[in-house]
Amino acid sequence: MAEWFQQLGDQFMKTFVEGERWHLFWQGFGNTILISLFAVVIGVIIGLLVGVVRVYHNQTGKWKVPNAVCRAYVSVIRGTPMILQLMIWYYIIFASLNRDYVLFVAVLGFGLNSGAYVSEIIRGGIQSIDVGQMEAGRSLGLSQVQTMRFIILPQAVKNSLPALGNEFIVLLKETSVAGTITVIDLTQAANLVRANTYEPFFPLIAVAVVYWVLVTGLSALLKRAERRMAKSDRG
Amino acid sequence: MIEVKELHKSFGTNDVLNGITERIEQGEKIAIIGPSGSGKSTFLRCLNLLERPTSGEIWVDGEKITDPKCNIDKVRQKMGMVFQHFNLFPHLTILDNITLAPIQLKLMSKEEAQNKAYELLERIGLRDKADTYPAMLSGGQKQRIAIIRALAMNPEVMLFDEPTSALDPEMVGEVLDLIKELADEGMTMVIVTHEMGFAKEVATRVMFVDEGVIKEQNTPNEFFESPQNPRLKEFLSKVL
Repeated sequence: MAEWFQQLGDQFMKTFVEGERWHLFWQGFGNTILISLFAVVIGVIIGLLVGVVRVYHNQTGKWKVPNAVCRAYVSVIRGTPMILQLMIWYYIIFASLNRDYVLFVAVLGFGLNSGAYVSEIIRGGIQSIDVGQMEAGRSLGLSQVQTMRFIILPQAVKNSLPALGNEFIVLLKETSVAGTITVIDLTQAANLVRANTYEPFFPLIAVAVVYWVLVTGLSALLKRAERRMAKSDRG
Repeated sequence: MIEVKELHKSFGTNDVLNGITERIEQGEKIAIIGPSGSGKSTFLRCLNLLERPTSGEIWVDGEKITDPKCNIDKVRQKMGMVFQHFNLFPHLTILDNITLAPIQLKLMSKEEAQNKAYELLERIGLRDKADTYPAMLSGGQKQRIAIIRALAMNPEVMLFDEPTSALDPEMVGEVLDLIKELADEGMTMVIVTHEMGFAKEVATRVMFVDEGVIKEQNTPNEFFESPQNPRLKEFLSKVL
């Protein structure tokens, strides 16, 4: 028994302390957070724009060309694997870019990917709002854009929050393929350490726990946001 | 004040309005009645272009609003509209529901708009509801809020699209009373309604819309006492 603990201790030291390997984990953690955060922001902005364009086209028949572009974007992004998109950005589109910018490429890749999914969520959210809301806004003299901004979108986002939360969680975990384009994210850090120490247990389990904690924290945050936005529902 | 010329409206192959020509003068209170599917709501919704007519012209205060170049948002600011299903904004407080449009359209400062809103809420006895949300109100309260939300824009004319049809019977009275008050103050209004007693009491003119045209119209007394059109006679015999 004592021997087993001894072994475990050795593995732990090897994984985190020797050669200051915890640095690598810390770096990976930082990159995972950084990529997720910026990608969510980009994804939400793109998703809102694309979602609004598509709904506007559905409702009025106008904006044919922007709508076609948005549809093609969603179709391509959803129709190809994330990891492949990332490789295409890195090895083809930004092939000539300095390698120092690999994080930028990752943020862009994940952000554009998430935007397609967010746009569909927003589109569904907007379409779930009763047409009477748009009519009431317009009948007061508000323009289409004003009604969208002050009346439709706040309600649409509120209704979409559970689905958006899901997307954010998927995105956070999806960043684990960033290693493919040489980004040292959490998963890649674990993998590098595992390859160096020949000890798979601690790197992989430790990183799994970190992801779990992050996702659990994110879920709690989302739940709070949902509760706050629900204050207008019958209490 | 509102002039309609040869108004037609079709949804696909379904012809809903088949040529309505009509004038509505300032101060008039028009009640529109008719069977469901007759086109009466569509007619009302054409007046502020919530429905775009298929053909025909609509003039408001000498401005041709069916002209594509007309700024319809501007025209709608002086045409208040009240819907069957209230259409309050559920994510905003009652106060914000009332002040959103005047503030965003820069017609009033935030303070002016709020003072106006409080004044209107006071008038209907709901001053204490200013900071609550629509979900916490009864149907009658919601509809009265919807009416003063339109009033906050100081409209010249009010359009009511079956304002009491979605209400519990016990709440119809409070809403009709408020509309009657507005009528007594001289507000020009067009009301699509199934409340015959109300139409008789408040309207200066009653129209019977059927099959997309105005089949008959008259002063309320004449209209209800001696209807001429056979369809109208049949309709009144069923509803009265």
